[in-house]
Amino acid sequence: MNAAPNFSALLPLAPEIALGLGAMALLMLGAYRDERVVRLVDGLSIALLVLAGVVLLMLPSGKLTSFGGSFVVDDFARFLKILALIGSAVAIALSLDYAKRERQQRFEYSVLIVLSTIGMMMLISAADLIALYLGLELMSLPLYVVAASHRDSLRSTEAGLKYFVLGALSSGMLLYGASLVYGFTGTVSFAGIAKAAGDGGIGLIFGIVFLFAGFCFKVSAVPFHMWTPDVYEGAPTPVTAFFAAAPKVAGIAMFVRAAVMAFPSITSQWQQIVVFVAIASMALGSFAAIGQRNIKRLMAYSSIGHMGFALIGLAAGTAEGVQGVLVYMAIYVSMTLGVFAVILSMRRSTGMVESIDQLAGLARTNPTMAFLLAMLLFSMAGVPPLAGFFAKFYVFLAAIKAGLYILSVIGVLASVVGAYYYLAIIKIMYFDEPAEGFYAMPNELKLVLAVCGLFNILFFLYPGPLVGVASAAAHSLF
Amino acid sequence: MSWPILSVITFLPIVGAVFIATLSDDEAGAGNARWVALWTTLITFAISLLLLWRFDPASADFQFLERRPWLGGAITYSMGVDGISLPFVVLTTALMPICIVASWTSIQSRVREYMIAFLVLETLMVGTFCALDLVLFYLFFEGGLIPMFLIIGVWGGPRRVYASFKFFLYTLLGSVLMLLAIMAMYWDAGTTDIPTLLHHAFPRSLQTWAWFAFLASFAVKMPMWPVHTWLPDAHVEAPTAGSVILAAILLKMGGYGFLRFSLPMFPEASQQLAPLIYVLSVVAIIYTSLVALMQEDVKKLIAYSSVAHMGFVTMGLFAVTAQGIAGGIFQMISHGIVSAALFLCVGVIYDRMHTREIAAYGGLVNRMPIYAFAFMVFTLANVGLPGTSGFVGEFLTLIGTFRVNNWVATLATIGTILSAAYALWLYRKVIFGKLEKPSLFNIRDIGWREMTILAPLVALTIFFGVYPKPVLDLSAASVTQMIDNYQHALAPVKAAEARVVR
Repeated sequence: MNAAPNFSALLPLAPEIALGLGAMALLMLGAYRDERVVRLVDGLSIALLVLAGVVLLMLPSGKLTSFGGSFVVDDFARFLKILALIGSAVAIALSLDYAKRERQQRFEYSVLIVLSTIGMMMLISAADLIALYLGLELMSLPLYVVAASHRDSLRSTEAGLKYFVLGALSSGMLLYGASLVYGFTGTVSFAGIAKAAGDGGIGLIFGIVFLFAGFCFKVSAVPFHMWTPDVYEGAPTPVTAFFAAAPKVAGIAMFVRAAVMAFPSITSQWQQIVVFVAIASMALGSFAAIGQRNIKRLMAYSSIGHMGFALIGLAAGTAEGVQGVLVYMAIYVSMTLGVFAVILSMRRSTGMVESIDQLAGLARTNPTMAFLLAMLLFSMAGVPPLAGFFAKFYVFLAAIKAGLYILSVIGVLASVVGAYYYLAIIKIMYFDEPAEGFYAMPNELKLVLAVCGLFNILFFLYPGPLVGVASAAAHSLF
Repeated sequence: MSWPILSVITFLPIVGAVFIATLSDDEAGAGNARWVALWTTLITFAISLLLLWRFDPASADFQFLERRPWLGGAITYSMGVDGISLPFVVLTTALMPICIVASWTSIQSRVREYMIAFLVLETLMVGTFCALDLVLFYLFFEGGLIPMFLIIGVWGGPRRVYASFKFFLYTLLGSVLMLLAIMAMYWDAGTTDIPTLLHHAFPRSLQTWAWFAFLASFAVKMPMWPVHTWLPDAHVEAPTAGSVILAAILLKMGGYGFLRFSLPMFPEASQQLAPLIYVLSVVAIIYTSLVALMQEDVKKLIAYSSVAHMGFVTMGLFAVTAQGIAGGIFQMISHGIVSAALFLCVGVIYDRMHTREIAAYGGLVNRMPIYAFAFMVFTLANVGLPGTSGFVGEFLTLIGTFRVNNWVATLATIGTILSAAYALWLYRKVIFGKLEKPSLFNIRDIGWREMTILAPLVALTIFFGVYPKPVLDLSAASVTQMIDNYQHALAPVKAAEARVVR
């Protein structure tokens, strides 16, 4: 039997293949032409990510599978892949000016982000434990490298090392959990596990706990969040912006897909874990951020809190809940990238500043930037009519339907506590006496901030499309 | 009905705000911002009068309905007014131009932003009263926090940061619990459409929980004792117009909420828990009146008197008698006019002397006779003297409550005596006596601008005092229908109780 390779079976992977080939070509280009083409490589990387998105949207609709069901492209995957691509592309755009100023122009940076994005896409589509692990490692390895990309900076290398060691530990736990799950069900495919799981059993539950510990590490949910503040603070700011958006999307995707597809018959078992993680993350994210003065650390705690809120949707374990998670992630990405566009433009003659006190009186020195940042922060606090309110609305709506009243009450109370530190930043911008103004924002940062800000402000006018797409995506899992 | 009049009233101020945002950031831009804001609010007010004219008070139904798909599914953008909400809409639009004029000279820094904040706030307030969908209501209700937070924090007094944070977090804390209740109601009834929910029988346990959740929100907003402590801080630190809006409109959202949601949607819980409201109301009336007696700051005194007056409102509403509810609505409208006017009066002397301490004043009648007259009318209305609008509201709520619970009404009456004590004491300290303070020797009487804003309020206070019929007629049909529904919903419960007793 000498069958010709069946290329049509690879069709669902077309975006990933495009990204992979493109990344290699860019690597070659960079390796042979070196520093001179950094901007070209950056630009081409963004173009490549956009191209992958277009290819993804051109795939036939419905559920596509490849590699014997290990790789699934359904509406859920499409939604989150687009989100991850946007996150990565914007992260590259955010780094352009920074790299030039800080003399960190290296072509590897954007290529590494593209490679990491391939891992994310793999992860989002993974429908068995092997594919999941492959995607996870492919996503993570470039992340460790870019975290340490300021190789002469102590903080950056420390962040990279810390992330690597803890990441390796979490991968180990995840693998251990995966092997337990495999041992007790006899299969690695999610569908197979779902069939074999029955009503659980202690060994399987053990496996789930370790598996979820690994997931929690990747989405930086309590109690596996410890790396987040240090890595966020230590990594170069554009890298932090990247960390805060796309990998979180992929992490949540694998969390949701594994929980919902592999263990639907024992929802009540893993639900407890997710409820605890959600509560702990929301509480820690809200309380620990209050004392932070460094805006990157503050964003780290804020993202821990946001992951807690997103996980409320998963805790509900229903299609409404997953819809809530998807809407939450989409809005979270827009808020985070907008805020990081501001953080990246906090630059004076003395260099980059990171303390929130440096924002003093921004409303006078740069009213537009202050207004958009204030709206993004109100949105993060979940105040209507901004987008962040709808994000929280949908997850809580699902939680209430699922009868998780205690979780919901703790959640909304945590959101009030969280509102305090967002307000504290707004207070510094609007109520305090002005400090020296920042340098003018580079155009690409202006664009990102404007788009994210307006999206958050005007979302309430026409929320239908995003909510509808998220609903369709969520139902593709059930 | 060819054009969406309610949406126009609601969103016209935003249009003005966007226009102001395009003005230049200098002296000329500030001047233009004032005029644009004034004209926007005046036009909005004119359209709301048109609304009043076209409204049919004989019908108890929601009118000027608008409905558009919004959040997908059963959550729609739907607007409408009935006899209960219309008075508040008109009150809001009527007070906004007054607020703009009151800020004309007293706000000198960041005028554009100030006007934008006020116009956005107007949109959100009007929207709150017009919304016929719970989620939409919540959106407007909570959204108002953002501009008010900035108004207090940016243009407020020395302790503005503390006051603005307290205001924001207190209100948010109450409201998020209401949001959860709204979600629970959505899953139970399958919709958040208010007219549908008004006729939906919620199960008993949900009623109780949701009732408490709504109480958490509205009690803070109202504010009721013991969650009123944010109000004196916010009032004292807010700029004059901010205090006016806070006292006249934002507090009324709490009462409106009770009337629109708690009573008709959770009748059994309301019936059972009414004694709790009575106790809190009576404590508010007596305790905060006593606290008001001890104040040294004019604004604080008026703030505490607001809490006491809102106590009458909650008491009257939860009596669920025709007089009690009509009185509650009337008291809210009247308080909206009177407390707004009192804060404007404080603003007048604050602009001149830059202090709100009662002890810093005295004998103003010698230099400011017109001011003394206006202040007297409002003081007497605050006391509830017959012939002023304050009397009608208090009297109706008292007789409405008396029919249900004699003790509560009797205790509340003590509050009216106390209110006379603190209000007249304030008036004597500030206006009468000898003009001894050297700083006051050259104080000017009110100018034409201040006259323009106070005169209509004086007229309305006296007019509604002797002829309250227009307001009462406006809401009569809706109130009657609401009480009928309430009694109807309770009938099976009462019957069951009667059987048990037998």
